[in-house]
Amino acid sequence: MTPEETKAFEEKIHAFVGRENGPPKRGNDDVNEAMIRHWAEVMGDELGTYTDAEYAAGTGKGGLIAPPAMLQAWSMEGYPMAENPAQDIQRQLHNVFDAHGFTGVLGTNTSTEFFRDLKPGDQVTAHCIIDTISEQKATGRGIGYFIETLTTYTDQNGEEVGKQVFRVLKFIPADSNDAADSSTEDDSPSVPTRITSPRGHDNSWWWKACDEGKILIQRCTSCQTLRHPPRPMCGECQSIEWDSIESTLDGEVYSFTTLHYPKIPGYQYPNTVGVIQLSEGTRLVANIVDIDYETIKIGMKVKGSVEQVDEKTMLPVFRPE
Amino acid sequence: MVKDKAAIVGIGNTEFSKNSGRSELQLTCEAVRAALDDAGLKPSDVDGMTTFTMDSTDEIELARAVGIGDITFYSRVPHGGGAATGLIHQAVMAIASGMCETVVCYRGLNGRSGHRFSEGVSGNIITADAMHWGWYMPSGLMTPASWVAMYTQRYMHLAGEDKVKEALFEVAYTTRQHGATNPAAMFYDHPFDRAEYDAQKKIVGPLKLYDCCLESDGASAVIITRADKARACKHGGVAIKGVGQSAAKNMESMTSFYRDEIAAIPSMDVAAKEAYKQSGLTPDDIDAAVIYDAFTPIVLWQLESWGFADPLKSADFVLEGGLRLDGRLPTNTHGGQLSEAYIHGVNGIVEATRLVRGTSKNQPDKEINHALVTSGVGVPTGGALLGKMD
Ligand SMILES: [Zn+2]
Repeated sequence: MTPEETKAFEEKIHAFVGRENGPPKRGNDDVNEAMIRHWAEVMGDELGTYTDAEYAAGTGKGGLIAPPAMLQAWSMEGYPMAENPAQDIQRQLHNVFDAHGFTGVLGTNTSTEFFRDLKPGDQVTAHCIIDTISEQKATGRGIGYFIETLTTYTDQNGEEVGKQVFRVLKFIPADSNDAADSSTEDDSPSVPTRITSPRGHDNSWWWKACDEGKILIQRCTSCQTLRHPPRPMCGECQSIEWDSIESTLDGEVYSFTTLHYPKIPGYQYPNTVGVIQLSEGTRLVANIVDIDYETIKIGMKVKGSVEQVDEKTMLPVFRPE
Repeated sequence: MVKDKAAIVGIGNTEFSKNSGRSELQLTCEAVRAALDDAGLKPSDVDGMTTFTMDSTDEIELARAVGIGDITFYSRVPHGGGAATGLIHQAVMAIASGMCETVVCYRGLNGRSGHRFSEGVSGNIITADAMHWGWYMPSGLMTPASWVAMYTQRYMHLAGEDKVKEALFEVAYTTRQHGATNPAAMFYDHPFDRAEYDAQKKIVGPLKLYDCCLESDGASAVIITRADKARACKHGGVAIKGVGQSAAKNMESMTSFYRDEIAAIPSMDVAAKEAYKQSGLTPDDIDAAVIYDAFTPIVLWQLESWGFADPLKSADFVLEGGLRLDGRLPTNTHGGQLSEAYIHGVNGIVEATRLVRGTSKNQPDKEINHALVTSGVGVPTGGALLGKMD
């Protein structure tokens, strides 16, 4: 954009600041025990004050309360919004951004204040305004603007019970692939993916090969010792010269374990991870798949392959031979 | 050498809770004040400080808040719970070499209401070893329980799965029994039985909920001073006979999966050897222990490192009741980190001091001349041998 275009664009978006996103939205359901119980079960946060009326009555709370973190839940749209997003002011604001190439959207953070405990029978109404739009920022994702919406929650008496600030970045995606993704997907939550390794001088070559479907093993070119995980110097001869060989991914289970809890987004549970003794002599930590974990034995022969495990991640996985 | 050069003269804990409602600095101030009161010393007597690299309380903030004056020694020990007896190690070296006279060792954390260690390394990782964790995050192996479970599976394979599982229950059970009779413990008055243990949710591999330590808010502090000054303190001193620290060969933080054998804790083997050598003591001289118990299986391996059982045989020692109050080695008499609180092992130093003083809430019915206390394992670690002053 030319400076004039930028100025015109910023005038357009700043005209939204201070506007109500829509009429106050009263929750579809009043605060109630059933939804509290479902929340507590799903979140694994089964405090007696949320789920046990008799216990709660004996505490300082004097009866059941809703988990404070449910505040936003009481006034959320139901499932229909997934098909038909409300054409509210925020949507219109995002359309202005989209039309100027700021098609990326990223929820960056949210902060919430709670003024009192909510109890069954309370009615929650949300009042949302477009609160601030930042100056133009250069971010890791691309050039963009931070938009903050402020939602004030009131009860049946019009008293404020809490406040939430939600901050999103609208940005011009740094590369065009992202742009295509973002413009089609910016209303649907993205599917969480594996947490990947940070890449630096000593390990990026390994992960790049993994991205291309190969598992390499670092080799000292001076004494030929193989080593994994990679490191810059050979512990046997102190040489810093190295190359690598490609593993056949033939191996056996040296040890393994199966994770049940906590459940981290992006992973399937139960999640079995093994320390695999590769035929080349080094070991590799990787998932063991397509087997009932109760039947895995140490010493079992396994064969690995490098596979796409989610939308973004290539990883070695092992199966019994 | 360091033997008998320095002694623990003051111990202090805050209460332990799920939500302290105050800052880690404040918790630490309170624990330090309690430890100074216990020693009968004034803040101005302190001239040295040591804590964990992981601790959020700055030495000079603490000194100003508590009213400590000129400080001539300060240091920090890395590797989380592996630092626990590292604090003793630092204090003893500083005192023995004349760098200072009286050191406060501290650790305070809002480990339940603030940063929770059970979340593992899935959150924002800002440390220099981020790439190290990168070998484990993509597969999902990223919580302390999962790293320990990987060693445990191997250990069970070599030592006998059924027997080891029985021993894990015995460790959890005995420790809880002790916690249930310690009013300061988070599980005070809450013993469990086999059925309750079995009914808990699976965490990782063979580890169920009660095989995993608490997450707690609280602080612990220990005052260490020169042995000749210790005698004048309110409760006298508990001598430091030996203290070892080690990162053994081919060490990774929590994930040393590339050693020839992983069903053992070589770093603790080295630390134990050092501490025994300094003190001139042998396992037969040790009357009670506080063994770092972030997870039940790590207690088994440390019993082997310290020579109470042969390699792969500690389940027998445990199943014979060795850890119970009337057993060979009454262990974690405060309830350990499984049942008292998880203050990264520094509450364990407090309890080991009490055992030698004879003031544990669960004081064994025998003379405790020497007690062992250890640091967290899987990371570089250590242990200290405490005893009555000569
Ligand atoms: Zn070499």
